Amino acid sequence: MSAAPAAPPVGSAERPPAPGAIRLLWNRTTTLCLLELVKLRHDRTELYTRAIQPALWLLVFGVTFTRIHAIPTPGRLPYLDYLAPGVMAQSALFIAIFYGIQLIWERDFGILTKLLATPTPRAALVAGKAFAAGVRAISQVVVVLVLAAVLGVTFRWQPLSLLGSVAAVMLGSSFFASLSMTIAGLVRSRDRLMGIGQAITMPLFFASNALYPTALMPAWVQAIARVNPLSYEVNALRQLLLGLPGNLAMDFAALLGATVAGITAASLLLGRLAR
Amino acid sequence: MTRQPAVAARGLVCQFGPVRAVDDLSFEVAEGEVFGLLGPNGAGKTTVIRVVTTLLKPAAGTVRVFGLDTRRSTMRVRRRIGYLPQQLSIDGQLTGYENVWLFARLFDVPRRERRGRVEDALAQVGLEKVARRLASTYSGGMVRRLELAQALVSRPRLLVLDEPTIGLDPLARDSLWERVLGLRAEEDMTVLLTTHYMEEAEQLCDRVGLLLNGRLRAIGRPRELEAALGPGATLEDVFRAYAAGGADEDKGGLRDVRSTRRTAGRLR
Repeated sequence: MSAAPAAPPVGSAERPPAPGAIRLLWNRTTTLCLLELVKLRHDRTELYTRAIQPALWLLVFGVTFTRIHAIPTPGRLPYLDYLAPGVMAQSALFIAIFYGIQLIWERDFGILTKLLATPTPRAALVAGKAFAAGVRAISQVVVVLVLAAVLGVTFRWQPLSLLGSVAAVMLGSSFFASLSMTIAGLVRSRDRLMGIGQAITMPLFFASNALYPTALMPAWVQAIARVNPLSYEVNALRQLLLGLPGNLAMDFAALLGATVAGITAASLLLGRLAR
Repeated sequence: MTRQPAVAARGLVCQFGPVRAVDDLSFEVAEGEVFGLLGPNGAGKTTVIRVVTTLLKPAAGTVRVFGLDTRRSTMRVRRRIGYLPQQLSIDGQLTGYENVWLFARLFDVPRRERRGRVEDALAQVGLEKVARRLASTYSGGMVRRLELAQALVSRPRLLVLDEPTIGLDPLARDSLWERVLGLRAEEDMTVLLTTHYMEEAEQLCDRVGLLLNGRLRAIGRPRELEAALGPGATLEDVFRAYAAGGADEDKGGLRDVRSTRRTAGRLR
C-alpha cells in the first residue's frame, strides 16, 4: 500500500493570486458590508433605539406641520409626504456622521493596526467602512419607510424606485461616513470627534432641503444647501419615492463625486490614525 | 542553494520628531527560525515590528521579507505575514468563527477553501467548540488564541508576534506557546516575536536580539549569550547587564506604558 501523500507544509503554501484593483475594492467593500449585516444580526438594539428620533420627526413635526399647512410644498403635496424622504436621509446622516468614532475605537483596540497589515489598500478599507455605514443606514431607512407608509405617506413602490433609493442612501451615507473618518484622521480623539460631529450634524440637516424647500431659506443658507450633499440625497429620494420632478442624474453625480472625494480624503489621513 | 532570510534589516533608522526610535539596526532572521527581539519599554521593538509588517516606512535603511522590500512590495509582503499586535484586537461583536472568516476574506482565501481553512485555523488553536460564541465572552487566553487563528488562516510564512503573552496567566501563556511551537514544527513557519519575559525567550527562541535605545546590543543563541556573561548566567542576567549600561527610561513613553497596561487590563 502506498503511503498517503504528505500535505504540503502550510507555511510554504502558494499565495492566492492577488486580485486586480477593482476586484480588490469590490471584495473588501462587500466583506466589510457583510460584516456590518452580521453585527446587526447579533445586536438589533440599535435598530430600535435609532428608530425613535425619526419616528418623532414624522409623528410630531410631520403630522403637526401637515395640519397647519405652514410649509408650502410642490404640487400641494401633504407635508408628511414631503418630509418623509428628508427624515430618511436625516436618519442615515445621523448614523454615518459618527462612524469615525468607530475607526478611532478600532485604532485604540489594535483592530485598525491589524486591518492595515492585511493586503488591503487604505482606500479599499475606507470605502469598505463607508459603504458599511450605508448598509447600517439602509436598515434604518427601511424602518422609517414602513413607519411613514403606516402614517399614510403614498410612496411609489416600483422596484426600480426602491433600488434607486437604496443607492442614493448608500452614497449619501458613504459620503458622510468618509467625512467623519476624515475628521477622525485630523482630530484623532473620540471626544473631539464627538464634539465636532454634534456641532455639524444639525447645521447639515437644517441647511438642506430635508425639512422645507430651499426657496424659503435666506440666500446664505441656500448657498450652503446647494453644496450640501444631503440636499442631493433628499432630492433623489423625493423623485424616486414620491415622483416629484427633478434632475436625478445630477443628484447621483453630485453624490458620487462627494463620496469619491470623501473616501480619497479619509484614505489620505488614515495613516495618521495608524501611527 | 541558500535560502533567502525570512527577514533582513539593513541600516534601519526610524525617527519620530527629535526621537530616534531605531538607530542603524541590522539583523537577519533565517527561514524556519524563532527569533526574539528583547528590550525594555521604548527600546524600539514595536517600531521594528511595524516596519516589518509594512505599517511604518523607515527614515533610512531597508527591511526585506523573503527578499521583498517592505517599502516597495507592500502588498506582497503583507500576503506572507500573519500579525498579532500587542493590543487585543478582536471584534467582540462577532463570533470566533466570524472574526477568523473576516481575515480569510481580507487575505483572499478562495471561496471554496474558505470554510475549511477557517475551521482548520480554529481547530489549530483549540477553539473549534466555542467558535459560534461571541468573542466578547472569551477569556483573555482564548482571545489571544483567536487572534492567532486570525493570523494563521492565511497560512503565513512569517508569524509576527508583538508581546503576545502580555497579561496572560502562566497557564494561558504556556498554552499559547505550545500551539505556536507546534505550528512552527508542523508548518515550517518563521516566527519573529517581541517579549518582556526572559524565561520565555530563553525557552522558545532559537536566537534573540537585545535592543536598547533603538540599537542592537547583542544577538545570538540564548545559551551563547549566557555563556559569554559567565557560568550560571541566565538570559535575564544578560538583559540586566546590557540594560544597566544605558536604558533610557524616558523613552518608554506614556503611550507605550498605557498601551501595555490597557492590554494587560483587558486580559484580566
